[in-house]
Order: sequence, then structure tokens, then C-alpha cells
Amino acid sequence: MSWVRKTVASTIGAKFIVALTGIVLVGFVIGHMLGNLQIFLGQDALNNYAQMLHNTPALLWSARLVLILSFFAHIGFTIKLTRQNRLARPQTYAYQQSIQAPTSSRTMIFSGLLVLSFVIYHLLHFTLGVTHPEHKSLVDSMGRPDVYSMVVLGFQNIWVSLSYIVAIILLGLHLSHGVSSLWQTLGLNHVKYNTFIKASGPVLALTLVAGNLSMPVAVLLGFLSLPLGVV
Amino acid sequence: MNLTLKVWRQSGPQDKGKIVDYAVKDINSHMSFLEMLDVLNEELIAKGEEPIAFDHDCREGICGSCSMMIDGIPHGPDRGTTACQLHMRRFKDGDVVYVEPWQAKAFPVIKDLVVDRSAFDRIIQSGGFVSINTGNAQDANALPVNKDSAEAAFDAAACIGCGACVAACPNASAMLFVAAKVSHLGKLPQGQPERAKRVQSMVSTMDTEGFGSCTNTFECEAACPKEISVTNIAQMNRDYMQSSLGD
Amino acid sequence: MNLDAKIPSGPIAEKWDKHRFNLKVVNPANKRKYKVLVVGSGLAGASAAASLAELGYDVDCFCFQDSPRRAHSIAAQGGINAAKNYQNDGDSIYRLFYDTVKGGDYRAREANVYRLAQVSNNIIDQCVAQGVPFARDYGGLLANRSFGGAQVSRTFYARGQTGQQLLLGAYSALSRQIGAGKVKMHARTEMLDLVLVDGHARGIVTRNLVSGKIQSWAGDAVILATGGYGNVFYLSTNAKGCNVTAAYRAYKRGAGFANPCFTQIHPTCIPVSGDYQSKLTLMSESLRNDGRVWVPAEGGDKRAAGDISEAERDYYLERRYPSFGNLVPRDVASRAAKKACDEGRGVGETGLGVYLDFADAINRLGEDQVRARYGNLFHMYEKITGENPYQVPMRIYPAVHYTMGGLWVDYNLMSNVPGLHVLGEANFSDHGANRLGASALMQGLADGYFVIPYTIGDYLATSSGDKVSTEQQEFKDAEAQANQQVDKFLSIGGKRSPDSFHKELGKIMWEYCGMARNEAGLKTALEKIPALREEFWENLSVPGSGADFNTTLEKAGRVADFLEFGEMMCNDALLRTESCGGHFREEYQSEEGEALRDDENFCHGAIWEYSGAGNAPTRHREELEFEYVKLTQRSYK
Repeated sequence: MSWVRKTVASTIGAKFIVALTGIVLVGFVIGHMLGNLQIFLGQDALNNYAQMLHNTPALLWSARLVLILSFFAHIGFTIKLTRQNRLARPQTYAYQQSIQAPTSSRTMIFSGLLVLSFVIYHLLHFTLGVTHPEHKSLVDSMGRPDVYSMVVLGFQNIWVSLSYIVAIILLGLHLSHGVSSLWQTLGLNHVKYNTFIKASGPVLALTLVAGNLSMPVAVLLGFLSLPLGVV
Repeated sequence: MNLTLKVWRQSGPQDKGKIVDYAVKDINSHMSFLEMLDVLNEELIAKGEEPIAFDHDCREGICGSCSMMIDGIPHGPDRGTTACQLHMRRFKDGDVVYVEPWQAKAFPVIKDLVVDRSAFDRIIQSGGFVSINTGNAQDANALPVNKDSAEAAFDAAACIGCGACVAACPNASAMLFVAAKVSHLGKLPQGQPERAKRVQSMVSTMDTEGFGSCTNTFECEAACPKEISVTNIAQMNRDYMQSSLGD
Repeated sequence: MNLDAKIPSGPIAEKWDKHRFNLKVVNPANKRKYKVLVVGSGLAGASAAASLAELGYDVDCFCFQDSPRRAHSIAAQGGINAAKNYQNDGDSIYRLFYDTVKGGDYRAREANVYRLAQVSNNIIDQCVAQGVPFARDYGGLLANRSFGGAQVSRTFYARGQTGQQLLLGAYSALSRQIGAGKVKMHARTEMLDLVLVDGHARGIVTRNLVSGKIQSWAGDAVILATGGYGNVFYLSTNAKGCNVTAAYRAYKRGAGFANPCFTQIHPTCIPVSGDYQSKLTLMSESLRNDGRVWVPAEGGDKRAAGDISEAERDYYLERRYPSFGNLVPRDVASRAAKKACDEGRGVGETGLGVYLDFADAINRLGEDQVRARYGNLFHMYEKITGENPYQVPMRIYPAVHYTMGGLWVDYNLMSNVPGLHVLGEANFSDHGANRLGASALMQGLADGYFVIPYTIGDYLATSSGDKVSTEQQEFKDAEAQANQQVDKFLSIGGKRSPDSFHKELGKIMWEYCGMARNEAGLKTALEKIPALREEFWENLSVPGSGADFNTTLEKAGRVADFLEFGEMMCNDALLRTESCGGHFREEYQSEEGEALRDDENFCHGAIWEYSGAGNAPTRHREELEFEYVKLTQRSYK
């Protein structure tokens, strides 16, 4: 098994793990958004979807396990690499300049860490119900947990919505470099496909930002409102 | 034209180093950047001061000796150009120009703008070759090489080992340098027998020397005076993981 | 001075084979007991160090650059010759041999040149096996081009960077041996002296350019592969660090220096633009295939090129050499340019330049076609001069490029000092009075890969085998001398930098011992150089200390040697009262202005022996015998 240790210890091996786990996390973000967008189909659709997830705990927990492992691996290896990178240049330049690198590529660790702190808040808010316990206990007319109302109530608070909006934009920034870049780390870079590879990050990021922002914005603008009976 | 130079002066590896200002006057726009430094150095010597030490040799852009950050960019503002081929017509009267050495843990400063790049040599020594003893070769035409592969190998082999990629990289990573050699030999039939072993040992040496890792900012490619492509890095990533995970 | 060339007997085609059989060999188990010191890591040095280590010798290799990969072999553009005859155009070992001897104006040894042609083919095989990316055709086989006026296509090339790719090949072979622990590499280390024990070369003294430490190294044989001395002219196409120090200090220890006046001037370089100029840049000779050389017909015509009508232009090469036109050999083209400028017809601000005009080629082929052929060169020209050669003619002027002279060696590449071997441009062996294009790379690699690995064994197998120690008095004395010289440089406390002396020397050399030489000029130079040298030792300024990285101190040592060497060069040029190859004496020319050789009196190599400080050196001769090549006068009319 020494080859595993050697590969994981190498910078390229570590980057490879960051890229692979990145794919898992991107997959989750896409699935998560698609699921949530059902909010536009109405209370019944969204709550039904949530109920379905909860009724298949095996699937839910195995997905969560992969996700949690990926999450920690992604962050852990990135922090390790970033520390190495800092050590690799002990004396910085007096004149700081970059030639062409977009800001997103130079700030991955910051956008990533900010997204991380948001994820913690997000879990406390919706998954664990710590920040707004009163929203967590809502049930709909069919006795299902009322996820729909929980989301709408949450986003009706301007500060909650704003924090989501900022976080989603940061996530977009992170992915616009991250997604284009992971191809390179996995060894996929070819002139024939580079147009697509280069576009993949920004396109995906824009899609995710648009999709995710549509929800708080729709709530704030009143396109989505509470069903009758929920106060 | 007259310029103000802000030059990194460091008397030795132990010295902390600092930026020192120099006014240079009456610069001819046909001078190369290094010739402008020559003129300044002549003045310093005439005053009995130590001239600014910098590495240079061929002064025609091929030996890879010259190595300086000019306003934060390796080899200065022109793309695909070494510092020795940068000319003063690129600057204008009154400019303030910062001149600094490559900064990286793996390239310790020897003096002023001179750094120790022997880490690159050690990377090559660990595997950047085809193991063929003198006299063992078969006829040169016994091994046809696809023209496109030969051209691609050449593109990678054009690396002059100057270290601009490391200097430009926000992480002081040597990936482009290492990848250029891995890719040059990896694209040729001659390089196949040692392909897996080569990438493994070169990457391992690269890591031990204290370079950072790649975050795909592609600053290296932009700074490279020979415009070596980052596709070589992708190929190295692929070769490395294949050889790690495969046989 | 023993100048026995040790040329094997027998027919020329069999000499090398026979000699290889007769050479003594060192038992494989014993090879590691022999230490070989290799100075220089260019094509010759790197290939020798790698090959000897592969054989099992214990090798130490030294270079003054920060890495062996930076040696100036890297800058060679055009290509490397070999007698492969892949093009089926009638090439052969014999033809390459013949062309090289003739191109050298009959001042090289036949046997050495024949061997060079023989091993040329092995070089290509070796380099391809190392992964050197030579140009190829669509079928995947190697491409060739005709180069430097050769009538066959025998030049292998890697775009315009053949030297770089070959050097990186040799460097990779060397690196492999360093990695395996068989070569100890000492970069940023400059050789300051050769140490003789009982008349044999047994070690060197070096200065570590980073720490300033002066140190001795003992070995069983010494190889110098330290390049040429073109920088005696200050401005040349050589790298800034190229110097004569190692070779010159070996000369001062008794090694003969052969034909120092044989220097090659390359006709197509970018002209000097001002006093600050630090080096000259070569533009590939291939430009003359489509460019037309001209100057204004009238002297003092300072109009822009475009304002001068066809009738007012003088296409002097086409006029004087109707059959070869712009493609005359390097020396002829260079002298013709100098003549035009001497007549006051030179162009550009300095008046030292001639036009190389592509207007006709652009009209005939279209700009795209011209761009496809020469795009990179035009780009380089524009980068350096700021002028666009698609719109205005290029300005070119000749520049010093290569030196054919060097330390005298026998057929085994050993100098007259036993144990001291000299390879590549540092020796005098193969190019006579003029080198053909694409032959420098060939010679460096031939010496390092395929000659010295055989011949050094013979020396080692027949030497005493006694070990020497750096504690011996000979080493201590040499170290003390090196230290004294460093202290001297630092203590003069004058006003002028080494570079300023170097520049002044360069101007003297270029003026009086450059493209064309005459008795009066050489005598003037022989007065000026000692005077300059005297000032050097009184008015030199070297700030800083000897105990760390001090580039001014490095230069001081190199310039000190050039200041002595330049004098020897002028003496050699003065006494060679003939014109041959790169040595053109104005007194010896035909009525049409062509070089006149004097085979009766000068069919020999002139070898200079050091006779102690302040004494005139002694000139010896090695007579050249031509059994196979017929001596003729070159003609390009």
C-alpha cells in the first residue's frame, strides 16, 4: 500500500484528489439546486421531494457519506497544498503583478473558505434547524415537514437572503475557475476540446448562480409567497 | 530617457535584502535592458561601489541565464521574450521600474538578482533523460517518428530552464519546467521505456526541492519566454496518475 | 616542444580503425580508479564527461555557468553535418572530409578531418536515441537541408535551435551520470590554473564563484573543453562569459597554442548600435538565400533606403561575383561588406552596416511566403532594432563568430603536455583556417562522444598510475599564485572597470586584427596592447571582496588573460604572411581582391610556446601534408 501513501503525499496526487472530490461536490451542488428549484412547482412538489429523500434513508445516508468524505478531503488536501505553496515563496515580491490569471484563480482558498463558512451556516439553518427552530417544526396539510414554507420564511428575512446571495456568488467564483481547472488536473487538455473546457467553469458557475439566486430573489420580490395557513 | 530603478539588493543568502533606488540617465532606447544595467554598473564601479549582480550569458535569448522580475513580471513586459532581449524602447522617460530576483524557497538568492537554480538540474538528474550509453544507438532512421509528435516534442524541448515559470507562479511551482521535459521525452518513441519511471522520479524530486503545487493559474505559460504550453502539465498529470494507479 | 601528431600510417579510410585497435585499453575493473577532470560542459565537455563516466571512469566536471546546460554551444542555430547520405545526393564520408579540408583552406590535418567525417554518422544516431527532436519529413524520417553553400543536403537541424537541442541531449546524458553518482558536477566554478606534476597534467586550480574559495583538484588526466576565444574582440556572437582563461593558463604551463590568428567572421549579424553595445547577435546565414546585399553607389549618401533609386544602388556581391552572387562564403561576404563601409558607403547611423534587402523577394514570393521562411528571424531583428524588415531593408554587418585556432593537439586530442586533452572549439584540430557552416557542433560531439573515450584510455593505460595529492607542493604553489592574483586585482584600487579595458582591447583587435589585417596595423596593435595592459595593472577597479560572489573580479581575471592573448594573436597574424580562410592579409591578395595563399611557405600550423613572463613566445611549426586533397585556389566568380 506504500504506493497509495506515495501518491497521496505527492502534489499531483493531492491535486488529483481535490479535483475528483470537486467533481462530487459540483455534482451535489447541481443536484441540490435542481431539487430546490422544485419550489417553483409549488409547495406540494417541493415537500413531496423532501419527503421522498427522507423515506429512502439508505440512499440519503450513503450519498451523505460520500459527500462528507469528499467535503473533508477537498478541504483538507487544499489546506495542505496551500500551506506548502505559502512555504514555497517565503519572500514575496515588492512589486506584485500578475500577467493574465483571473482573480478567481488566485483566490480559490479564500472563496473556498468563505463558502465553507456559509455551508456551516446553511446546515445550521435548514438541515439542523438550529438558527430558526420555529421553521423546522412546520408541517404541511399532508403532515409532511413543510420545507417550502421554511425556505420562504427564511428568505423573507433580507439578511438571510443577502447572506445567501453573497455566498452563491462566491461559490460561482470558486467554480468558474475550479471547474475549468479540474480538467487540467485530471490531465484533460487538448486543443480540440479546450474551448469547451475553458467555457465549462464560467458556464456552470453562471447557471448555478442564476438558478440558486432565483429562489431568494423570487421570495424577496414576492413571486413566491407563503401558502395560506402558515404564519 | 531617464528612469528610476528600484533594485533588490541582497549581499548574500543570509542577508535580508531590500529595495534600493537608482537614477539612470540618458538611456538610449536601442539598449537592451541588460545593457542599461551594464551602464549603471559601470557607474557604480567607477564610484567604487559594488555593481548589481545578475546572471546573464548568451544575451540572445537561448541560454536561460538571465532571470529577473521587471515590474513584477519575469523577464519584463514583453511576451515570449527573455530579459536580455527586452529593449529600452519598451519604456518611457520618467518610468519607475522594479527589478527583483526570482523569489522561491527552491531558488535561494545568492546575491542581488542572482539565484541558485540547481534544483532544476537535480530534477533532470533524477530522470530527465533517455538511458542510452554512447555507442549503443541504432541507425537514426531505423525509428521513424510521426512528424506531429516530433514537432510537439520540440515545442516542449524548447524550454531554456530559466525558471520564469517558477517566478511567475503564485505558488512557486515548477510544474511547467518538469512537464516540458516529461512531455518532450514522453511524446517520442525513444522515451517510452522509461516513461513511467521518469515521471515518478522527476515529480518526487520536484516535491522534495520545495516547489509549490499547480493551481492552474497558467501564469507560467504567460511568463515563459519560449511560450511552453500548459498542455504539457496536463500530460504530466495524466502520466503521473497513470503510472501511480496502473502497472 | 614535442609536436608529433601521432598520425597512424596506412590508407586514410583505415587509419582510425587501425588506431583504435592499436590503442591500449584500461581494464573495466580499473577504470573507476582513474579520475578524469573535465573542464567545460558544452557539447564537447558534456559529451566527454558523460561518455567517460559510462565507461566507468571517475569524472569531475567543472563549468563557470550556473548549470552545465547553459554552455554557449546552446546558441548554435543552423545545424549539424553528417555524411549519412540519406538524401541520396552523392554525399559520402570522403566528400564531407574533402569539403571540410577545402573549406578550411588547406590548413587542417587530413587524418583528423577524415575521422571527423567518419564519426559524424554515429553522432546523429546517438543524438536521435537520446531524444533530440530533429526535423522530420511526413514519413517520420529525418529531414536534411543544404547549408553554408554545401552542394549536398547533409545538414540535420532542429528548427533554428540545433545547438540547444544537441546540448540538452548531451546535458541529459551528463545529468544521468551525475544522478548515478558517477560524475561530480561543479557549477559556478572557474578554472584558474593547470597543475603539472613531473611534466604531466595532473590537476587544476579553480575558484568557486559563489564562495570565492580557491581550491585544487587532482586527477589522472585533464580535459579542457572550454570553447573559443572570440571574446578577445569584446564584441562577438559569443556569450558574455566565454573566455580564453583555461586555455591560456594551460598555454602558460607549457601547452602549445596553435594558429591563434584564425578567427571566423560571420557576415550576417545585426550591426552595432552604440557604445553601450555588449554583444552581437547572429542572423542565420539562410537569409542570404533571398535577401540582396547592397549599399549606395556613392559614398556619404545618407538618404533613407527607399529614397535611393535602383540606379543609385550597388549590389556589390552580385556585381563582383556573378555566379555565386549573395551566396559567396562567409569570409568573402564579410570582407566585401567591410570594403564597402571603408569606402564610406556604409549605412545606418554608424556607417558600419550594409543593406540586406527583401523587397524583391517579397514582390516575387509575397510577404506570406517570406514570413513562412524567415518569420522568426524577422521577428528577432525587429525586437532588437525596432525596425520592420518587411518595410525597410535589414542592416547587417560582419561579426566575430568562431575561432579555429586553439591549443595544439595530436591525433589523440592530447596536447604536447602529457595528460592534457583538449576538445571542441578549444583545440585547433579540424577546421584549418576557416570552418564550414554546421561543422562546429559536429566536431564538439565527435571529440566528446567518439574520440576521447578511446584515446584517453591509451594515455591512462600507459601512464605511471601513481596517485598525486593536492597537498603536494605543485598544487600549493599554483593555489598561492591564484590567490595572489585575486589579491592583486582587489588591491589596485584604480578607476576603470574590467569591462572598459575589455572594450578598448576589443576595438584594437577589431581594428587591426579583424576582418582584414596588414603589417602596419598589426604592429600598431602590438604597441597599443602592452600599453593598455600596463594601464590595466595600474588603474583597474574591482570593488567588493574575493570571498563571495563578485562578477567584477571574475571579469578582471578573464580580461587580464585576453590582454596577453591578444598580443600573441597579433604576432601570429603578423608572421603568417599569406591570406588563408579567416586570416586575410591585405598585402596578400590577387588583383581582384581575393585571398592569396602561400602554400610554399605556410602550409603549416603555427604553434606558440610560452617562454616566461616578459619574453617573446617561440613559434614552432607543424608541417601539413596533403596526400588525398589537392590544393587549389578557391574561386567564386
